[in-house]
Amino acid sequence: MTGRRRGIRVTAIGIVLTALMLFPVYWMINVSLTPQQDMRKNPPDLLPLHPTFEGYQAVLHDQLPYLLTSLLIGLGTVALTLVLAAPAGYALAKLRPRGGGALGLALLIAQMIPGIVMAMGFYGIFLNLGLMNTWWGLIVADSTIAVPFGVLIFRAFMSGIPDELLAAARIDGAGAFRAFWSIVLPVSRNALVTVSLFSFLWAWSDFVFANTLDAGGDLRPITLGIYRYIGNNNQEWNAIMATAVVASVPAALLLVLAQRYVAAGVTAGAVKD
Amino acid sequence: MTLARTDHPQRSPAAFRAAPRSGTRHRRARHRKSRLTAWAFALPLVIYLAAFYVYPLYRNLDLSLRRYTVRSFVEGDAPFAGWANFDQVLHDPTFGPAIRNTLVFTLVSIAVQYGAGLALAVFFNRRFHLSGLLRALFLVPWLLPLIVSSSTWAWMLNSESGVVNHALHLVGVSPVDWLGSPHWALTSVIIANIWIGIPFNLVILYSGLQNIPADLYEAAALDGAGAWQQFRRLTFPLLRPVTMVVLLLGFVYTLKVFDLIWIMTKGGPGDSSSTLATWSYRLGFGSLLPQFGPGAAVGNVLIVIALAFGLLYTHVQRRQEA
Repeated sequence: MTGRRRGIRVTAIGIVLTALMLFPVYWMINVSLTPQQDMRKNPPDLLPLHPTFEGYQAVLHDQLPYLLTSLLIGLGTVALTLVLAAPAGYALAKLRPRGGGALGLALLIAQMIPGIVMAMGFYGIFLNLGLMNTWWGLIVADSTIAVPFGVLIFRAFMSGIPDELLAAARIDGAGAFRAFWSIVLPVSRNALVTVSLFSFLWAWSDFVFANTLDAGGDLRPITLGIYRYIGNNNQEWNAIMATAVVASVPAALLLVLAQRYVAAGVTAGAVKD
Repeated sequence: MTLARTDHPQRSPAAFRAAPRSGTRHRRARHRKSRLTAWAFALPLVIYLAAFYVYPLYRNLDLSLRRYTVRSFVEGDAPFAGWANFDQVLHDPTFGPAIRNTLVFTLVSIAVQYGAGLALAVFFNRRFHLSGLLRALFLVPWLLPLIVSSSTWAWMLNSESGVVNHALHLVGVSPVDWLGSPHWALTSVIIANIWIGIPFNLVILYSGLQNIPADLYEAAALDGAGAWQQFRRLTFPLLRPVTMVVLLLGFVYTLKVFDLIWIMTKGGPGDSSSTLATWSYRLGFGSLLPQFGPGAAVGNVLIVIALAFGLLYTHVQRRQEA
């Protein structure tokens, strides 16, 4: 039975390590439930013994429009990313246009360009074109985070589709577009899910583009909602942390519902070229 | 990793094979048509990249080479200034600290992230009860919006009411002014950044470990190698390709970090936690009198460093695949 006992010990160590790693997340939740008068208490309450929902009421009151805007921007970014990335991934994987290799390299390099530099370039363009402070301008900017990644994921996935499948479709008289729509896309479900998840999450989390390109807009995303809370020198940390908890919901959902896609995305983004 | 392996297409286009019927002229026409189809599918992306990558980068380069004011920024008639912006940036008192902080921030972050990630990957590599679930939970810090993790850390590191100082107090260490003192600000943002980066290292190194065949370890164990020997002589050398990938990508990604530092310290106090990224932002957007030219110049310095390491990364990748 020693092996079993050792197994239990390893699990116990694993739980302790995970708990340590997740302590900041726990603390965020704890503070979000702490009443304002206990916020500066010394020592701080390690457990939410007198939970209050003031913070969450403040979120409902102040942050709902921001959350809806983020949802809109996230979904818009997913749509734009898929429309651009899926066909291009198919072309690079299966149709192999001349110059496809160079295009792949360009995408890889595009991922390494600092967001702050892109933001500054976009700032000038948006100012000239009058796109400043529009939600769809922000969708365009946010999509630049996800499109190169998306194409590379689709390319990697679609090159695993057997050529015979496409050849059969062609013999049946399907054109390239039909083959793409009714064969390639359906079998690429996993890649579609992975790319959608990441493009949503990145758009939802974006702060640089939002703060430079949409800081004065009517529709501002949740990252700016939190930033405004902090920036006003707001001392109501339960409200700030409650907003942070709500803003983390998509990440949490993603992990619960689609964990294997997340891990696949992390590795594919790095190991793939 | 499973995705990575499928991508070695040395075959002729599918259209070619599917067209066994007629002579060369017909075939050539088909070939041309299939090439056109290929570009039709890729064209939206190419246009998109030109409009939303190449053009912003060009604008940024243009910004850094002209003398812009707010007015000429809108009207677009700023005079050409050559290297003046770069010259100004180079002689700015912030330049030295920004370069130093960028290097310290990046190198310390990736070193600790890699060390912790590797240790955790080895730990999770032996299958145990709940290991899958716990490994998934480790991804949380990486998935959270940066503003969420940054503001949480900012509050945890609060000098008066933060839980970190409370914990230090319990072990008899006097409180540290984490975000407010020039000695500790950089350390604070590094700590938070390490926390965010560990999951990425863990996932990639774990997938690297999974690709090392188990029978190698069995053989090593038969030869009497202990756990440390196995790690040093087997795991570590076999992980070298993955290590290169993680470190180079980590470098490029950490170089870009902006949100975290800006939200926690705004690069301050003074320049004590300014990096190239936050400095570039501060020049361009951080004050009522924006200095777009110098801001863009700093951004372009950042791009050059990122691209140098990015190209090194693609070079390493290609060598590994060959």
